[in-house]
Amino acid sequence: MITFDQVTVVYDGADEPVLRDVNLVVDEGELCLVVGHTGVGKSTLLGAVNGLVPHFTGGTLYGTVTVDGRTTAGHPPRELADVVGVVGQDPLDGFVTDTVEEELAYAMEQLAISPAVMRKRVEETLDLLGLADLRHRALYELSGGQQQRVAIGSVLTAHPRVLVLDEPTSALDPTAAEEVLAAVTRLVHDLGVTVLLAEHRLERVVQYADRVIHLPGDGRVVSGPPADIFATSSIAPPIVELGRAARWSPLPLSVRDARRAAAPLRTALAAVPAPAVRPVPEEPGAALLTARGITVAYRGVAAVREVDLDLRGGEITALMGRNGSGKSSLLWALQGSGPRKSGTVRVASGNADGTGGSVGGTGSGGSRGPDSSRGSGGSRGPAKGSDPKNLSAAEARALVGLVPQTPTDLLYLESVEQELDQADIESSASASDGGLTARVILDRLAPGIDGAAHPRDLSEGQKLALVLAIQLTAAPRVLLLDEPTRGLDYRAKTQLISMVDELAAEGRSVVISTHDVEFAARAADRVVVMAEGDIVADGPTTEVIVASPVFAPQVAKILSPLPYLTVDQVTSVLPAEEAGA
Amino acid sequence: MPRTAAVKARPPVSAPGPDTGGRRLPRTLHPLAWWIWALALATAVSRTNNPLLLFLVLAVLGYVITMRRTEAPWARGFKYYLYLALTVVAIRVVFRAVFATGMRPTDHHLFSLPHIPTPDWYAGIQLGGPVSLEALLSAATDGLRLACMLCCIGAANTLANPKRALRVLPGALYELGVAVTVSISVAPQLVQSVQRVARARRLRAGRNKGLKALRSIVVPVLEDALERSLRLAAAMDSRGYGRAGSATRGSRRLTGTLMLLGMCGLCAGAYGLLDPTAPKLLGLPALAAGAVLCLAGLRLGGRRVTRTTYRPDPWRFAEWAVASCGVLSAVLLFVNVGYDPAALNPSIYPLSWPTLPLVPAAAVLLAGAAGFLAPPPGKPVPYVSAPRTEEAA
Repeated sequence: MITFDQVTVVYDGADEPVLRDVNLVVDEGELCLVVGHTGVGKSTLLGAVNGLVPHFTGGTLYGTVTVDGRTTAGHPPRELADVVGVVGQDPLDGFVTDTVEEELAYAMEQLAISPAVMRKRVEETLDLLGLADLRHRALYELSGGQQQRVAIGSVLTAHPRVLVLDEPTSALDPTAAEEVLAAVTRLVHDLGVTVLLAEHRLERVVQYADRVIHLPGDGRVVSGPPADIFATSSIAPPIVELGRAARWSPLPLSVRDARRAAAPLRTALAAVPAPAVRPVPEEPGAALLTARGITVAYRGVAAVREVDLDLRGGEITALMGRNGSGKSSLLWALQGSGPRKSGTVRVASGNADGTGGSVGGTGSGGSRGPDSSRGSGGSRGPAKGSDPKNLSAAEARALVGLVPQTPTDLLYLESVEQELDQADIESSASASDGGLTARVILDRLAPGIDGAAHPRDLSEGQKLALVLAIQLTAAPRVLLLDEPTRGLDYRAKTQLISMVDELAAEGRSVVISTHDVEFAARAADRVVVMAEGDIVADGPTTEVIVASPVFAPQVAKILSPLPYLTVDQVTSVLPAEEAGA
Repeated sequence: MPRTAAVKARPPVSAPGPDTGGRRLPRTLHPLAWWIWALALATAVSRTNNPLLLFLVLAVLGYVITMRRTEAPWARGFKYYLYLALTVVAIRVVFRAVFATGMRPTDHHLFSLPHIPTPDWYAGIQLGGPVSLEALLSAATDGLRLACMLCCIGAANTLANPKRALRVLPGALYELGVAVTVSISVAPQLVQSVQRVARARRLRAGRNKGLKALRSIVVPVLEDALERSLRLAAAMDSRGYGRAGSATRGSRRLTGTLMLLGMCGLCAGAYGLLDPTAPKLLGLPALAAGAVLCLAGLRLGGRRVTRTTYRPDPWRFAEWAVASCGVLSAVLLFVNVGYDPAALNPSIYPLSWPTLPLVPAAAVLLAGAAGFLAPPPGKPVPYVSAPRTEEAA
């Protein structure tokens, strides 16, 4: 169906080709998973399938790409629209019309399909993707999962033989992502569509893949059956890492298979006490931020409803919940820049008693033993402190730092250097202790970012580090991150974890709102779950995360009822056990 | 259950409301029919100065709109056109009062504004002075005529779905339609991103004011918009937008020439029609020739774009009926048969109560027949439904 023959892609001004001598054949009806780190050429590979590379993006493509007998050299993307359907990361970006039904018909109108056929196909597609109730709705008012299903439907109506999906679930919460992936697998099984799918969060899709195309990063492309590729690939979901650690063969790819393979492992692990996911601090830090009765309402609709929250020093809190449950509103209200209808926020000012040097290190050598429940005790912290809402922006910023969902909103200068200098200017006016410059902080968070680079040219992880450094220049002791994991790959997430671990070790309190369960399991000491503006669960990660099937990480699903959450936990006790087994 | 609520909200079938429309099935009328109807009525309005007739036209517009508008957002906009119309009348009257044109001995003196002497080189225009009832009345009727024409256009916009109207555009103008649609859907996103960035600015405590502050908002917003439009372009390209039709270089040139000549013909024809001293040949013949050339150009240009329309609006008896009752009323006001042409533009010198000429009044009422000739609009489209947060619940 898709053939790459000796394909090399070089972008203008780049020294190294993104793809080098790629030979690839994808057969009809396969679901192909494209994996690799950010920036290794996944999007280039996917774009080359329908000719967006190089017709739209520029650059030079050597060799030939053939789709259903047509070469992309002779056919620009629009001439391949009836063969290849492309769905991007953010569905809203690709919408041309404004209601569901018209969007579904758009591609067919371009292909000059007769009105009678169009009508029939729209009805079929509405049913296929479960959109019938939404047919007259405006696109912008749909939820993320519904929007992405409409985006898939809108290319499906043209009856393409190939569907290319470039990270279709990266902007969605777990439930919405499941919804979209279920729709995709249904297409593969029912219609025999060939699907090429790139995805960061492999744990969601790996079980559906017939074949994996791995881009190791040097321009090469390796493809093969999932079990073979994942046995050695540099990037792997937790289930695969667990399988590798336990030396299961063949490598299980679904939770069901893994659970069956894991029976001996479970009995072995039951014999030893489970290590803590994260080192437990000897004593809980002092309360840095105390919020009482926070209510946020937009035009009479409550986004956050009388929420009480205490944030303690040295603690990393994951804020979870589906889209629209009030996570962002709560963070903005805590920082003082967002609207707040009622309630109080008290932030302990000044760094009086020790900057939390006592908080445990970040290595895996932390204290073991059952996770001591910290409870969600009442107002332990001092009632004194200032409300960031009543302070000037600069003062509020020195108390509570917030990295917004789109970090680039804060960047407006031409180079990293200028941004960092500007941050120093902004903060020296506010931070009394001064000391660390933005450059020093950035180098500690993410070493090796070129000062002359344009901020927009950085990778997602680097942009995040830059904005984090800018916000940290003001030395806030409470740091809020609004969905930082969006668009990050495994490597960038690991880096982010070590960044926030370091911040917590300095005695700061960090809140991360995220949809990513695996990330929360590894990064957070405490999880707060929100729904419809209320806090519905608040407690240690182990307790909260395992309680819900949607929020449980893969390792927990495989090893339950044992209290394991991450692969690192298992590997830390495994070597000794395996020798005995 | 929103669905049952929607069913309840609709009036019962036995209600004496107009929406049942007898045995006719509800559907939306072809937008072009509404536009022809409204433009024809506007043309008819341009013939008369008679306030009675003009008010009759307004009444007819109001009747048709209440009978046949939908619940869509654009259908709630007629009152804004009415405000606009009132403003037009007010501006005209105020200007006439301020830029006084002097009094005749027979005029009724109403009031006087302080006279402001103007320099010699500005002698053509007087500021202030005595204001007569006649002057104000003539300004008001002139303004009312303009206001009526505005309301006709407003009625077309209210009755016809503007997006569907754009889709009726000939193929050659297709790109224009797409640009309008995309900009309509992109504008709210732009507003959103400005709000987002402005809010985020406080997080960095940007202290600079003026140009630098503007820059810290404009740069991220524009970068965002640019990236988004590139992604939109890529998406449109990969969904088949702009597939090549059967056009060649030669045919494109021919299209251009035809359009240019046609436009020249239209301009010359309009000039010939409006200027009575122009030679007869310049009038209708030039207009007709221009129209033919333009049509040919559009037809040829349309071949460039091969595409079809999803659920095209049918053109049936109701469309013919609505369009022709509009056109007929315009024709009746132009042919001057069966009534005194002077009654269309009653003189206010001397001041007298205008009479209502029978045939033109009947013509305007005929246009009002569209109110029941058009099929009733479909059931309200649930534009405002469950908000996003309820979705996953």
